[in-house]
Amino acid sequence: MGNGVALLKLLRQAPWSARFGLFVIFLYVFMAVFAPVLTPYAETEIVGAEYEPWGEEFMLGTDNLGRDMLTRLFYGARNTIGIAFITTCLAFLIGAVGGFLAAVLGGWMDQVLARIVDVVMAIPALIFALLILTVVGTSVPALILVIAVLDSTRVFRLARAVAMNIVVMDFVEVARLRGEKLWWVIRKEVLPNALPPLVAEFGLRFCFVFLFLSALSFLGLGIQPPTADWGSMVRDNATLITFGDVTPLLPAGAIALLTVGVNFVVDWFLHKTSGLRDEQ
Amino acid sequence: MGKILKMVAQRLALGLLTLFVVSLIIFLAVLLLPGDLAEAVLGQSATPETVAAFRRELKLDLPAYTRYYEWLAGFLQGDMGRSLANQRDIAELIGGRLANTLFLALFAAIISVPLALSLGVLAALYRNSLFDRTINVATLSSISFPEFFVAYILILFFAVQTGMFPGISNVGDELGLWERAYRTTLPAVTLTLVVIAHMMRMTRAALINLLASPYIEMANLKGLTRWRIIVKHALPNALAPIINVVVINLAYLVVGVVVVEVVFVYPGLGQLLVDSVSKRDVPVVQASAMIFAATYILLNLTADVLSIMTNPRLMHPK
Repeated sequence: MGNGVALLKLLRQAPWSARFGLFVIFLYVFMAVFAPVLTPYAETEIVGAEYEPWGEEFMLGTDNLGRDMLTRLFYGARNTIGIAFITTCLAFLIGAVGGFLAAVLGGWMDQVLARIVDVVMAIPALIFALLILTVVGTSVPALILVIAVLDSTRVFRLARAVAMNIVVMDFVEVARLRGEKLWWVIRKEVLPNALPPLVAEFGLRFCFVFLFLSALSFLGLGIQPPTADWGSMVRDNATLITFGDVTPLLPAGAIALLTVGVNFVVDWFLHKTSGLRDEQ
Repeated sequence: MGKILKMVAQRLALGLLTLFVVSLIIFLAVLLLPGDLAEAVLGQSATPETVAAFRRELKLDLPAYTRYYEWLAGFLQGDMGRSLANQRDIAELIGGRLANTLFLALFAAIISVPLALSLGVLAALYRNSLFDRTINVATLSSISFPEFFVAYILILFFAVQTGMFPGISNVGDELGLWERAYRTTLPAVTLTLVVIAHMMRMTRAALINLLASPYIEMANLKGLTRWRIIVKHALPNALAPIINVVVINLAYLVVGVVVVEVVFVYPGLGQLLVDSVSKRDVPVVQASAMIFAATYILLNLTADVLSIMTNPRLMHPK
Protein backbone atom coordinates (compact mmCIF):
# COMPACT_ATOMS: atom_id res chain seq x y z
CA MET A 1 0.00 0.00 0.00
CA GLY A 2 2.80 2.36 1.00
CA ASN A 3 4.38 1.72 -2.35
CA GLY A 4 1.24 2.78 -4.17
CA VAL A 5 1.01 6.05 -2.29
CA ALA A 6 4.66 6.83 -2.98
CA LEU A 7 4.11 6.09 -6.64
CA LEU A 8 1.11 8.42 -6.78
CA LYS A 9 3.12 11.15 -5.11
CA LEU A 10 5.94 10.65 -7.59
CA LEU A 11 3.48 10.92 -10.45
CA ARG A 12 2.03 14.14 -9.10
CA GLN A 13 5.50 15.66 -8.99
CA ALA A 14 6.37 14.53 -12.51
CA PRO A 15 6.71 17.25 -15.13
CA TRP A 16 4.02 17.50 -17.81
CA SER A 17 6.26 15.90 -20.41
CA ALA A 18 6.72 12.73 -18.34
CA ARG A 19 3.01 12.53 -17.55
CA PHE A 20 2.22 12.94 -21.23
CA GLY A 21 4.72 10.18 -22.05
CA LEU A 22 3.22 7.80 -19.49
CA PHE A 23 -0.26 8.53 -20.80
CA VAL A 24 0.83 7.73 -24.37
CA ILE A 25 2.49 4.47 -23.30
CA PHE A 26 -0.59 3.31 -21.39
CA LEU A 27 -2.85 4.25 -24.28
CA TYR A 28 -0.75 2.21 -26.72
CA VAL A 29 -0.57 -0.81 -24.44
CA PHE A 30 -4.33 -0.62 -24.03
CA MET A 31 -4.78 -0.45 -27.81
CA ALA A 32 -2.44 -3.38 -28.32
CA VAL A 33 -4.03 -5.62 -25.69
CA PHE A 34 -7.66 -4.94 -26.55
CA ALA A 35 -7.29 -4.61 -30.34
CA PRO A 36 -9.80 -7.40 -31.15
CA VAL A 37 -12.48 -5.86 -28.87
CA LEU A 38 -11.98 -2.25 -29.93
CA THR A 39 -11.99 -2.73 -33.68
CA PRO A 40 -15.01 -3.20 -35.95
CA TYR A 41 -13.37 -5.62 -38.43
CA ALA A 42 -10.76 -8.40 -38.53
CA GLU A 43 -7.05 -7.64 -39.07
CA THR A 44 -6.73 -8.83 -42.67
CA GLU A 45 -10.39 -8.72 -43.72
CA ILE A 46 -11.18 -6.88 -46.96
CA VAL A 47 -14.27 -4.87 -46.16
CA GLY A 48 -14.69 -2.29 -48.90
CA ALA A 49 -13.30 -0.72 -52.05
CA GLU A 50 -9.67 0.49 -52.18
CA TYR A 51 -8.86 3.87 -50.69
CA GLU A 52 -12.34 4.70 -49.39
CA PRO A 53 -12.45 8.18 -47.84
CA TRP A 54 -13.03 8.80 -44.11
CA GLY A 55 -16.68 8.36 -43.16
CA GLU A 56 -19.38 6.67 -41.10
CA GLU A 57 -18.66 3.10 -42.13
CA PHE A 58 -14.85 3.34 -42.19
CA MET A 59 -13.77 5.98 -39.72
CA LEU A 60 -10.31 6.45 -41.25
CA GLY A 61 -11.13 5.04 -44.68
CA THR A 62 -9.67 1.89 -46.19
CA ASP A 63 -6.18 1.01 -47.39
CA ASN A 64 -4.74 -0.03 -50.75
CA LEU A 65 -6.51 -3.40 -50.63
CA GLY A 66 -9.77 -2.21 -49.07
CA ARG A 67 -9.02 -3.15 -45.47
CA ASP A 68 -10.24 -0.92 -42.66
CA MET A 69 -7.52 1.58 -41.73
CA LEU A 70 -8.57 2.03 -38.10
CA THR A 71 -8.62 -1.71 -37.47
CA ARG A 72 -5.18 -2.10 -38.97
CA LEU A 73 -3.84 0.77 -36.90
CA PHE A 74 -4.93 -1.00 -33.70
CA TYR A 75 -3.53 -4.36 -34.76
CA GLY A 76 -0.41 -2.57 -35.93
CA ALA A 77 0.11 -1.39 -32.34
CA ARG A 78 -0.07 -4.99 -31.26
CA ASN A 79 2.34 -6.40 -33.87
CA THR A 80 4.91 -3.63 -34.14
CA ILE A 81 5.17 -2.86 -30.43
CA GLY A 82 5.06 -6.55 -29.51
CA ILE A 83 7.88 -7.51 -31.82
CA ALA A 84 9.95 -4.46 -30.86
CA PHE A 85 9.46 -5.28 -27.18
CA ILE A 86 10.49 -8.93 -27.54
CA THR A 87 13.52 -7.85 -29.59
CA THR A 88 14.59 -5.31 -26.97
CA CYS A 89 14.24 -7.89 -24.18
CA LEU A 90 16.37 -10.36 -26.12
CA ALA A 91 18.96 -7.67 -26.86
CA PHE A 92 19.14 -6.89 -23.15
CA LEU A 93 19.46 -10.52 -22.20
CA ILE A 94 22.38 -11.02 -24.59
CA GLY A 95 24.00 -7.64 -23.97
CA ALA A 96 23.66 -7.54 -20.20
CA VAL A 97 24.83 -11.13 -19.63
CA GLY A 98 27.78 -10.53 -21.97
CA GLY A 99 28.65 -7.20 -20.37
CA PHE A 100 28.46 -8.55 -16.80
CA LEU A 101 30.51 -11.61 -17.72
CA ALA A 102 33.16 -9.42 -19.33
CA ALA A 103 33.33 -7.18 -16.26
CA VAL A 104 33.29 -9.91 -13.63
CA LEU A 105 35.63 -12.36 -15.38
CA GLY A 106 37.92 -9.77 -16.98
CA GLY A 107 41.06 -11.04 -18.73
CA TRP A 108 40.80 -12.71 -22.12
CA MET A 109 37.02 -13.11 -21.90
CA ASP A 110 36.67 -9.33 -21.62
CA GLN A 111 39.10 -8.77 -24.50
CA VAL A 112 37.42 -11.23 -26.85
CA LEU A 113 33.89 -9.97 -26.20
CA ALA A 114 34.89 -6.31 -26.43
CA ARG A 115 36.72 -6.81 -29.75
CA ILE A 116 33.76 -8.67 -31.26
CA VAL A 117 31.47 -5.83 -30.21
CA ASP A 118 33.88 -3.24 -31.65
CA VAL A 119 33.81 -4.92 -35.05
CA VAL A 120 30.02 -5.29 -35.13
CA MET A 121 29.60 -1.66 -34.14
CA ALA A 122 31.97 -0.53 -36.86
CA ILE A 123 29.42 -1.59 -39.47
CA PRO A 124 26.34 0.65 -39.66
CA ALA A 125 23.44 -1.31 -38.16
CA LEU A 126 21.02 -0.81 -41.05
CA ILE A 127 23.56 -2.03 -43.60
CA PHE A 128 24.49 -5.02 -41.47
CA ALA A 129 20.83 -5.93 -40.95
CA LEU A 130 20.09 -5.64 -44.68
CA LEU A 131 23.05 -7.87 -45.48
CA ILE A 132 22.02 -10.60 -43.04
CA LEU A 133 18.34 -10.40 -44.03
CA THR A 134 19.32 -10.89 -47.68
CA VAL A 135 20.94 -14.12 -46.71
CA VAL A 136 18.50 -15.57 -44.20
CA GLY A 137 15.31 -14.02 -45.61
CA THR A 138 12.79 -11.82 -43.81
CA SER A 139 10.80 -13.89 -41.35
CA VAL A 140 9.73 -12.57 -37.95
CA PRO A 141 12.11 -14.81 -35.93
CA ALA A 142 14.99 -13.80 -38.22
CA LEU A 143 14.11 -10.12 -37.78
CA ILE A 144 13.96 -10.43 -33.99
CA LEU A 145 17.24 -12.32 -33.80
CA VAL A 146 19.18 -10.07 -36.19
CA ILE A 147 18.04 -6.79 -34.63
CA ALA A 148 18.50 -8.13 -31.10
CA VAL A 149 22.07 -9.26 -31.76
CA LEU A 150 22.99 -5.98 -33.47
CA ASP A 151 21.43 -3.93 -30.71
CA SER A 152 22.89 -6.00 -27.88
CA THR A 153 26.31 -4.50 -28.69
CA ARG A 154 25.22 -1.17 -27.25
CA VAL A 155 23.71 -2.81 -24.18
CA PHE A 156 26.96 -4.75 -23.77
CA ARG A 157 29.00 -1.53 -23.70
CA LEU A 158 26.78 0.06 -21.07
CA ALA A 159 26.42 -3.07 -18.93
CA ARG A 160 30.17 -3.63 -19.01
CA ALA A 161 30.96 -0.02 -18.10
CA VAL A 162 28.47 0.01 -15.23
CA ALA A 163 29.52 -3.40 -13.93
CA MET A 164 33.21 -2.40 -14.07
CA ASN A 165 32.52 0.17 -11.38
CA ILE A 166 30.66 -2.35 -9.26
CA VAL A 167 33.08 -5.30 -9.34
CA VAL A 168 35.80 -3.25 -7.63
CA MET A 169 33.56 -2.64 -4.60
CA ASP A 170 34.26 -4.40 -1.31
CA PHE A 171 30.99 -6.30 -1.14
CA VAL A 172 31.77 -8.07 -4.42
CA GLU A 173 35.21 -8.97 -3.11
CA VAL A 174 33.60 -10.33 0.06
CA ALA A 175 31.12 -12.40 -1.92
CA ARG A 176 33.94 -13.85 -3.99
CA LEU A 177 36.01 -14.67 -0.90
CA ARG A 178 32.94 -16.27 0.64
CA GLY A 179 33.14 -18.65 -2.30
CA GLU A 180 29.97 -17.59 -4.13
CA LYS A 181 29.60 -18.84 -7.68
CA LEU A 182 30.00 -16.54 -10.69
CA TRP A 183 26.31 -16.60 -11.53
CA TRP A 184 25.35 -15.75 -7.93
CA VAL A 185 27.71 -12.77 -7.90
CA ILE A 186 26.24 -11.45 -11.15
CA ARG A 187 22.65 -11.92 -10.06
CA LYS A 188 22.79 -10.84 -6.41
CA GLU A 189 25.61 -8.30 -6.31
CA VAL A 190 26.10 -6.77 -9.75
CA LEU A 191 22.60 -6.75 -11.24
CA PRO A 192 20.74 -4.87 -8.47
CA ASN A 193 23.34 -2.10 -8.48
CA ALA A 194 23.43 -1.83 -12.26
CA LEU A 195 19.66 -1.70 -12.66
CA PRO A 196 18.78 2.04 -12.82
CA PRO A 197 21.00 2.95 -15.80
CA LEU A 198 19.96 -0.27 -17.54
CA VAL A 199 16.27 0.51 -17.08
CA ALA A 200 16.73 3.96 -18.62
CA GLU A 201 18.72 2.41 -21.43
CA PHE A 202 15.91 -0.08 -21.98
CA GLY A 203 13.58 2.78 -22.87
CA LEU A 204 16.07 4.29 -25.31
CA ARG A 205 16.94 0.95 -26.88
CA PHE A 206 13.24 0.18 -27.27
CA CYS A 207 12.79 3.44 -29.19
CA PHE A 208 15.74 2.60 -31.37
CA VAL A 209 14.57 -0.96 -32.08
CA PHE A 210 11.06 0.28 -32.74
CA LEU A 211 12.26 2.90 -35.24
CA PHE A 212 14.65 0.42 -36.80
CA LEU A 213 11.94 -2.20 -37.24
CA SER A 214 9.58 0.40 -38.70
CA ALA A 215 12.25 1.58 -41.13
CA LEU A 216 12.87 -2.01 -42.28
CA SER A 217 9.13 -2.60 -42.69
CA PHE A 218 8.83 0.67 -44.55
CA LEU A 219 11.53 -0.53 -46.93
CA GLY A 220 9.48 -3.70 -47.43
CA LEU A 221 12.11 -5.83 -45.70
CA GLY A 222 10.61 -6.09 -42.23
CA ILE A 223 7.30 -7.51 -41.06
CA GLN A 224 5.65 -9.03 -44.14
CA PRO A 225 2.03 -8.70 -45.33
CA PRO A 226 -0.74 -9.43 -44.56
CA THR A 227 0.30 -8.76 -40.93
CA ALA A 228 -0.69 -5.21 -39.99
CA ASP A 229 2.37 -3.11 -39.18
CA TRP A 230 2.84 0.63 -39.06
CA GLY A 231 5.95 0.85 -41.20
CA SER A 232 4.51 -1.16 -44.08
CA MET A 233 1.16 0.65 -43.77
CA VAL A 234 2.94 3.91 -44.58
CA ARG A 235 4.65 2.28 -47.54
CA ASP A 236 1.48 0.69 -48.94
CA ASN A 237 -0.63 3.84 -48.75
CA ALA A 238 2.03 6.44 -49.54
CA THR A 239 0.47 7.29 -52.92
CA LEU A 240 -2.44 8.94 -51.07
CA ILE A 241 -0.06 11.72 -49.98
CA THR A 242 0.19 12.97 -53.54
CA PHE A 243 -3.57 13.64 -53.42
CA GLY A 244 -3.17 15.66 -50.23
CA ASP A 245 -4.67 12.89 -48.05
CA VAL A 246 -3.07 12.63 -44.61
CA THR A 247 -4.13 9.02 -43.90
CA PRO A 248 -0.65 7.50 -44.54
CA LEU A 249 0.77 9.95 -42.01
CA LEU A 250 -1.34 8.37 -39.25
CA PRO A 251 0.73 5.19 -38.75
CA ALA A 252 3.93 7.23 -39.15
CA GLY A 253 2.64 9.69 -36.57
CA ALA A 254 1.71 6.80 -34.28
CA ILE A 255 5.34 5.63 -34.39
CA ALA A 256 6.63 9.13 -33.72
CA LEU A 257 4.22 9.71 -30.82
CA LEU A 258 5.23 6.53 -29.01
CA THR A 259 8.96 7.20 -29.32
CA VAL A 260 8.48 10.79 -28.16
CA GLY A 261 6.47 9.51 -25.18
CA VAL A 262 9.08 6.92 -24.18
CA ASN A 263 11.86 9.50 -24.58
CA PHE A 264 10.07 11.93 -22.27
CA VAL A 265 9.62 9.25 -19.60
CA VAL A 266 13.27 8.16 -19.88
CA ASP A 267 14.41 11.77 -19.59
CA TRP A 268 12.45 12.14 -16.37
CA PHE A 269 13.62 8.77 -15.03
CA LEU A 270 17.27 9.66 -15.64
CA HIS A 271 16.76 12.97 -13.91
CA LYS A 272 15.13 11.21 -10.93
CA THR A 273 17.56 8.32 -10.45
CA SER A 274 20.93 9.88 -10.93
CA GLY A 275 20.60 13.51 -11.87
CA LEU A 276 22.46 12.35 -14.94
CA ARG A 277 21.61 15.07 -17.42
CA ASP A 278 23.63 16.93 -19.95
CA GLU A 279 23.67 20.27 -18.16
CA GLN A 280 25.49 19.20 -15.04
CA MET B 1 54.53 16.51 -32.31
CA GLY B 2 55.92 12.94 -32.30
CA LYS B 3 53.28 11.79 -29.87
CA ILE B 4 50.46 13.02 -32.08
CA LEU B 5 51.91 11.30 -35.13
CA LYS B 6 52.20 8.07 -33.20
CA MET B 7 48.60 8.25 -32.00
CA VAL B 8 47.34 9.07 -35.48
CA ALA B 9 49.33 6.20 -36.98
CA GLN B 10 47.87 3.84 -34.37
CA ARG B 11 44.34 4.90 -35.23
CA LEU B 12 44.98 4.51 -38.94
CA ALA B 13 46.34 1.01 -38.46
CA LEU B 14 43.37 0.08 -36.30
CA GLY B 15 41.00 1.51 -38.92
CA LEU B 16 42.59 -0.54 -41.70
CA LEU B 17 42.37 -3.66 -39.56
CA THR B 18 38.68 -2.96 -38.90
CA LEU B 19 38.07 -2.49 -42.63
CA PHE B 20 39.71 -5.84 -43.31
CA VAL B 21 37.66 -7.67 -40.67
CA VAL B 22 34.47 -6.00 -41.91
CA SER B 23 35.17 -7.07 -45.49
CA LEU B 24 35.63 -10.60 -44.15
CA ILE B 25 32.28 -10.48 -42.35
CA ILE B 26 30.44 -9.05 -45.34
CA PHE B 27 31.84 -11.75 -47.57
CA LEU B 28 31.39 -14.63 -45.16
CA ALA B 29 27.83 -13.67 -44.14
CA VAL B 30 26.66 -15.70 -47.12
CA LEU B 31 27.97 -18.86 -45.47
CA LEU B 32 25.27 -18.44 -42.80
CA LEU B 33 22.80 -19.64 -45.37
CA PRO B 34 21.22 -23.00 -44.67
CA GLY B 35 22.15 -25.08 -47.71
CA ASP B 36 23.85 -22.64 -50.05
CA LEU B 37 23.22 -19.58 -52.12
CA ALA B 38 22.38 -21.49 -55.29
CA GLU B 39 19.51 -23.39 -53.67
CA ALA B 40 18.20 -20.27 -51.92
CA VAL B 41 18.19 -18.09 -55.02
CA LEU B 42 16.92 -20.65 -57.51
CA GLY B 43 14.25 -21.95 -55.14
CA GLN B 44 12.53 -25.31 -54.82
CA SER B 45 11.85 -25.83 -58.50
CA ALA B 46 15.49 -25.79 -59.61
CA THR B 47 16.85 -28.93 -61.23
CA PRO B 48 20.21 -30.29 -60.05
CA GLU B 49 21.77 -29.22 -63.37
CA THR B 50 20.76 -25.57 -63.05
CA VAL B 51 21.96 -25.53 -59.44
CA ALA B 52 25.31 -26.96 -60.50
CA ALA B 53 25.64 -24.45 -63.35
CA PHE B 54 24.78 -21.60 -61.02
CA ARG B 55 27.36 -22.78 -58.51
CA ARG B 56 30.01 -22.89 -61.16
CA GLU B 57 29.14 -19.42 -62.37
CA LEU B 58 29.39 -17.97 -58.84
CA LYS B 59 32.48 -20.12 -58.21
CA LEU B 60 30.72 -21.64 -55.23
CA ASP B 61 32.57 -24.85 -55.95
CA LEU B 62 35.84 -23.19 -54.90
CA PRO B 63 36.81 -23.03 -51.21
CA ALA B 64 35.68 -19.92 -49.30
CA TYR B 65 39.13 -18.43 -48.75
CA THR B 66 39.96 -18.51 -52.48
CA ARG B 67 36.65 -16.82 -53.25
CA TYR B 68 37.26 -14.20 -50.58
CA TYR B 69 40.70 -13.42 -51.92
CA GLU B 70 39.44 -13.09 -55.48
CA TRP B 71 36.49 -10.98 -54.37
CA LEU B 72 38.62 -8.57 -52.34
CA ALA B 73 41.31 -8.29 -55.01
CA GLY B 74 38.64 -7.63 -57.65
CA PHE B 75 36.89 -5.11 -55.40
CA LEU B 76 40.07 -3.11 -54.85
CA GLN B 77 40.61 -2.96 -58.60
CA GLY B 78 37.06 -1.83 -59.27
CA ASP B 79 35.85 -5.19 -60.55
CA MET B 80 32.92 -6.17 -58.36
CA GLY B 81 31.50 -9.00 -60.42
CA ARG B 82 28.07 -9.22 -62.03
CA SER B 83 24.58 -8.80 -60.67
CA LEU B 84 22.57 -12.00 -60.27
CA ALA B 85 19.32 -10.28 -61.22
CA ASN B 86 20.22 -8.69 -64.55
CA GLN B 87 23.78 -9.82 -65.27
CA ARG B 88 25.02 -6.25 -65.42
CA ASP B 89 28.46 -5.20 -64.30
CA ILE B 90 28.15 -4.11 -60.65
CA ALA B 91 30.80 -1.39 -60.84
CA GLU B 92 28.85 0.20 -63.69
CA LEU B 93 25.59 -0.18 -61.77
CA ILE B 94 27.03 1.48 -58.67
CA GLY B 95 29.19 4.23 -60.16
CA GLY B 96 26.64 6.97 -60.97
CA ARG B 97 24.48 6.09 -57.99
CA LEU B 98 27.35 6.48 -55.55
CA ALA B 99 27.96 9.97 -56.91
CA ASN B 100 24.26 10.81 -56.45
CA THR B 101 24.27 9.54 -52.86
CA LEU B 102 27.41 11.51 -52.00
CA PHE B 103 25.86 14.61 -53.60
CA LEU B 104 22.76 14.24 -51.43
CA ALA B 105 24.77 13.64 -48.24
CA LEU B 106 27.05 16.58 -49.00
CA PHE B 107 24.09 18.86 -49.72
CA ALA B 108 22.49 17.88 -46.39
CA ALA B 109 25.80 18.44 -44.59
CA ILE B 110 26.19 21.95 -46.06
CA ILE B 111 22.79 22.91 -44.65
CA SER B 112 22.90 21.06 -41.35
CA VAL B 113 26.41 21.62 -39.97
CA PRO B 114 26.44 25.45 -39.80
CA LEU B 115 22.82 25.49 -38.64
CA ALA B 116 23.40 22.93 -35.88
CA LEU B 117 26.56 24.63 -34.64
CA SER B 118 25.04 28.10 -34.44
CA LEU B 119 21.88 26.79 -32.75
CA GLY B 120 24.04 24.87 -30.28
CA VAL B 121 26.14 27.93 -29.44
CA LEU B 122 23.00 30.05 -29.05
CA ALA B 123 21.37 27.46 -26.78
CA ALA B 124 24.51 27.33 -24.61
CA LEU B 125 24.66 31.13 -24.53
CA TYR B 126 21.05 31.53 -23.45
CA ARG B 127 20.98 28.44 -21.28
CA ASN B 128 17.69 27.70 -19.48
CA SER B 129 15.90 30.48 -21.33
CA LEU B 130 12.65 29.87 -23.18
CA PHE B 131 14.64 29.57 -26.43
CA ASP B 132 16.87 26.87 -24.93
CA ARG B 133 13.95 24.89 -23.52
CA THR B 134 11.97 25.10 -26.74
CA ILE B 135 14.95 23.84 -28.69
CA ASN B 136 15.49 21.08 -26.16
CA VAL B 137 11.94 19.74 -26.51
CA ALA B 138 12.01 20.20 -30.28
CA THR B 139 15.26 18.27 -30.70
CA LEU B 140 14.20 15.51 -28.31
CA SER B 141 11.07 15.07 -30.43
CA SER B 142 12.81 15.20 -33.77
CA ILE B 143 15.25 12.48 -32.67
CA SER B 144 12.20 10.31 -32.06
CA PHE B 145 10.63 10.79 -35.49
CA PRO B 146 11.06 8.10 -38.11
CA GLU B 147 12.73 9.52 -41.22
CA PHE B 148 9.82 8.67 -43.49
CA PHE B 149 7.42 10.60 -41.24
CA VAL B 150 9.50 13.78 -41.61
CA ALA B 151 9.86 13.11 -45.33
CA TYR B 152 6.14 12.68 -46.02
CA ILE B 153 5.20 15.74 -43.97
CA LEU B 154 7.62 17.77 -46.09
CA ILE B 155 6.18 16.25 -49.27
CA LEU B 156 2.65 17.04 -48.13
CA PHE B 157 3.40 20.70 -47.43
CA PHE B 158 6.06 21.62 -49.97
CA ALA B 159 5.27 19.35 -52.90
CA VAL B 160 1.53 18.61 -52.79
CA GLN B 161 -0.03 21.66 -51.18
CA THR B 162 2.22 24.49 -52.32
CA GLY B 163 4.07 22.82 -55.20
CA MET B 164 7.29 24.66 -54.33
CA PHE B 165 9.56 21.64 -54.71
CA PRO B 166 9.19 18.34 -56.57
CA GLY B 167 8.15 15.40 -54.39
CA ILE B 168 10.10 12.95 -56.53
CA SER B 169 13.80 13.63 -57.00
CA ASN B 170 14.49 12.14 -60.40
CA VAL B 171 17.95 13.50 -61.05
CA GLY B 172 19.89 12.44 -64.14
CA ASP B 173 23.34 13.09 -65.55
CA GLU B 174 22.13 15.79 -67.93
CA LEU B 175 21.01 18.17 -65.16
CA GLY B 176 22.94 21.29 -64.24
CA LEU B 177 24.05 21.87 -60.65
CA TRP B 178 21.20 24.25 -59.79
CA GLU B 179 18.45 22.08 -61.24
CA ARG B 180 19.95 19.08 -59.48
CA ALA B 181 20.13 20.91 -56.16
CA TYR B 182 16.55 22.16 -56.61
CA ARG B 183 15.23 18.65 -57.15
CA THR B 184 17.25 17.32 -54.22
CA THR B 185 16.06 20.01 -51.79
CA LEU B 186 13.37 18.00 -50.00
CA PRO B 187 15.50 14.89 -49.36
CA ALA B 188 18.36 17.10 -48.18
CA VAL B 189 16.08 19.00 -45.80
CA THR B 190 14.70 15.71 -44.45
CA LEU B 191 18.22 14.46 -43.70
CA THR B 192 19.08 17.81 -42.15
CA LEU B 193 16.14 17.57 -39.76
CA VAL B 194 17.16 14.05 -38.81
CA VAL B 195 20.80 14.81 -37.92
CA ILE B 196 20.60 18.39 -36.69
CA ALA B 197 19.17 17.52 -33.25
CA HIS B 198 22.04 15.29 -32.21
CA MET B 199 24.73 17.68 -33.45
CA MET B 200 23.10 20.64 -31.76
CA ARG B 201 22.66 18.91 -28.41
CA MET B 202 26.27 17.75 -28.38
CA THR B 203 27.55 21.22 -29.24
CA ARG B 204 25.50 22.67 -26.43
CA ALA B 205 26.57 19.99 -23.93
CA ALA B 206 30.25 20.38 -24.79
CA LEU B 207 30.10 24.16 -24.35
CA ILE B 208 28.11 24.05 -21.12
CA ASN B 209 30.56 21.55 -19.68
CA LEU B 210 33.36 24.03 -20.30
CA LEU B 211 31.46 27.05 -19.01
CA ALA B 212 31.71 25.59 -15.51
CA SER B 213 35.53 25.65 -15.52
CA PRO B 214 37.52 28.21 -13.47
CA TYR B 215 39.20 29.95 -16.41
CA ILE B 216 35.80 30.82 -17.86
CA GLU B 217 34.76 32.23 -14.51
CA MET B 218 37.94 34.29 -14.58
CA ALA B 219 37.04 35.67 -18.00
CA ASN B 220 33.61 36.42 -16.66
CA LEU B 221 34.98 38.31 -13.66
CA LYS B 222 37.29 40.23 -15.96
CA GLY B 223 34.11 41.65 -17.45
CA LEU B 224 34.26 40.16 -20.93
CA THR B 225 31.04 39.91 -22.90
CA ARG B 226 29.30 36.55 -23.01
CA TRP B 227 29.72 36.34 -26.76
CA ARG B 228 33.46 36.88 -26.49
CA ILE B 229 33.80 34.30 -23.72
CA ILE B 230 32.02 31.68 -25.78
CA VAL B 231 33.75 32.35 -29.08
CA LYS B 232 37.28 33.16 -27.89
CA HIS B 233 37.63 31.17 -24.70
CA ALA B 234 35.24 28.24 -24.69
CA LEU B 235 35.01 27.27 -28.36
CA PRO B 236 38.71 26.37 -28.96
CA ASN B 237 38.56 23.84 -26.13
CA ALA B 238 35.19 22.50 -27.21
CA LEU B 239 36.40 22.02 -30.77
CA ALA B 240 37.47 18.38 -30.37
CA PRO B 241 34.11 17.02 -29.19
CA ILE B 242 32.26 19.21 -31.69
CA ILE B 243 34.34 18.10 -34.67
CA ASN B 244 33.89 14.57 -33.48
CA VAL B 245 30.13 14.80 -33.40
CA VAL B 246 29.98 16.57 -36.76
CA VAL B 247 31.98 13.88 -38.52
CA ILE B 248 30.08 11.07 -36.82
CA ASN B 249 26.86 12.66 -38.03
CA LEU B 250 28.27 12.90 -41.54
CA ALA B 251 28.95 9.18 -41.31
CA TYR B 252 25.38 8.75 -40.20
CA LEU B 253 24.19 10.86 -43.14
CA VAL B 254 25.81 8.57 -45.66
CA VAL B 255 23.96 5.62 -44.17
CA GLY B 256 20.76 7.49 -43.31
CA VAL B 257 20.21 8.21 -46.99
CA VAL B 258 18.83 4.71 -47.51
CA VAL B 259 15.30 5.38 -46.25
CA VAL B 260 15.19 8.93 -47.61
CA GLU B 261 16.27 7.79 -51.06
CA VAL B 262 13.44 5.27 -51.13
CA VAL B 263 10.84 7.87 -50.12
CA PHE B 264 11.92 10.35 -52.79
CA VAL B 265 12.71 7.68 -55.41
CA TYR B 266 16.18 9.21 -55.58
CA PRO B 267 18.52 7.17 -57.82
CA GLY B 268 21.22 6.57 -55.24
CA LEU B 269 23.16 3.68 -53.77
CA GLY B 270 20.67 3.20 -50.91
CA GLN B 271 17.82 2.56 -53.29
CA LEU B 272 19.95 0.05 -55.20
CA LEU B 273 20.80 -1.71 -51.93
CA VAL B 274 17.15 -2.00 -50.89
CA ASP B 275 16.07 -3.25 -54.32
CA SER B 276 18.86 -5.82 -54.32
CA VAL B 277 17.99 -7.04 -50.83
CA SER B 278 14.40 -7.75 -51.87
CA LYS B 279 15.65 -9.53 -55.00
CA ARG B 280 18.26 -11.32 -52.88
CA ASP B 281 20.89 -10.23 -55.36
CA VAL B 282 23.79 -11.14 -53.08
CA PRO B 283 26.80 -9.80 -55.05
CA VAL B 284 25.22 -6.35 -55.40
CA VAL B 285 24.26 -6.30 -51.71
CA GLN B 286 27.80 -7.26 -50.72
CA ALA B 287 29.35 -4.61 -52.94
CA SER B 288 27.07 -1.80 -51.77
CA ALA B 289 27.29 -2.90 -48.13
CA MET B 290 31.07 -2.82 -48.44
CA ILE B 291 31.00 0.71 -49.88
CA PHE B 292 28.63 1.97 -47.19
CA ALA B 293 30.61 0.30 -44.40
CA ALA B 294 33.93 1.57 -45.73
CA THR B 295 32.65 5.16 -45.99
CA TYR B 296 31.26 4.90 -42.47
CA ILE B 297 34.46 3.49 -41.02
CA LEU B 298 36.68 6.00 -42.83
CA LEU B 299 34.57 8.93 -41.62
CA ASN B 300 34.65 7.65 -38.05
CA LEU B 301 38.40 7.26 -38.39
CA THR B 302 38.61 10.88 -39.59
CA ALA B 303 36.65 11.94 -36.50
CA ASP B 304 39.13 10.10 -34.30
CA VAL B 305 42.18 11.60 -35.99
CA LEU B 306 40.74 15.14 -36.08
CA SER B 307 39.83 15.08 -32.42
CA ILE B 308 43.37 14.04 -31.56
CA MET B 309 44.79 16.80 -33.74
CA THR B 310 42.60 19.57 -32.31
CA ASN B 311 43.24 18.67 -28.69
CA PRO B 312 45.05 21.72 -27.27
CA ARG B 313 46.86 19.63 -24.65
CA LEU B 314 48.40 17.42 -27.31
CA MET B 315 49.08 20.28 -29.72
CA HIS B 316 51.03 22.36 -27.18
CA PRO B 317 52.89 19.89 -24.96
CA LYS B 318 54.70 21.39 -21.99
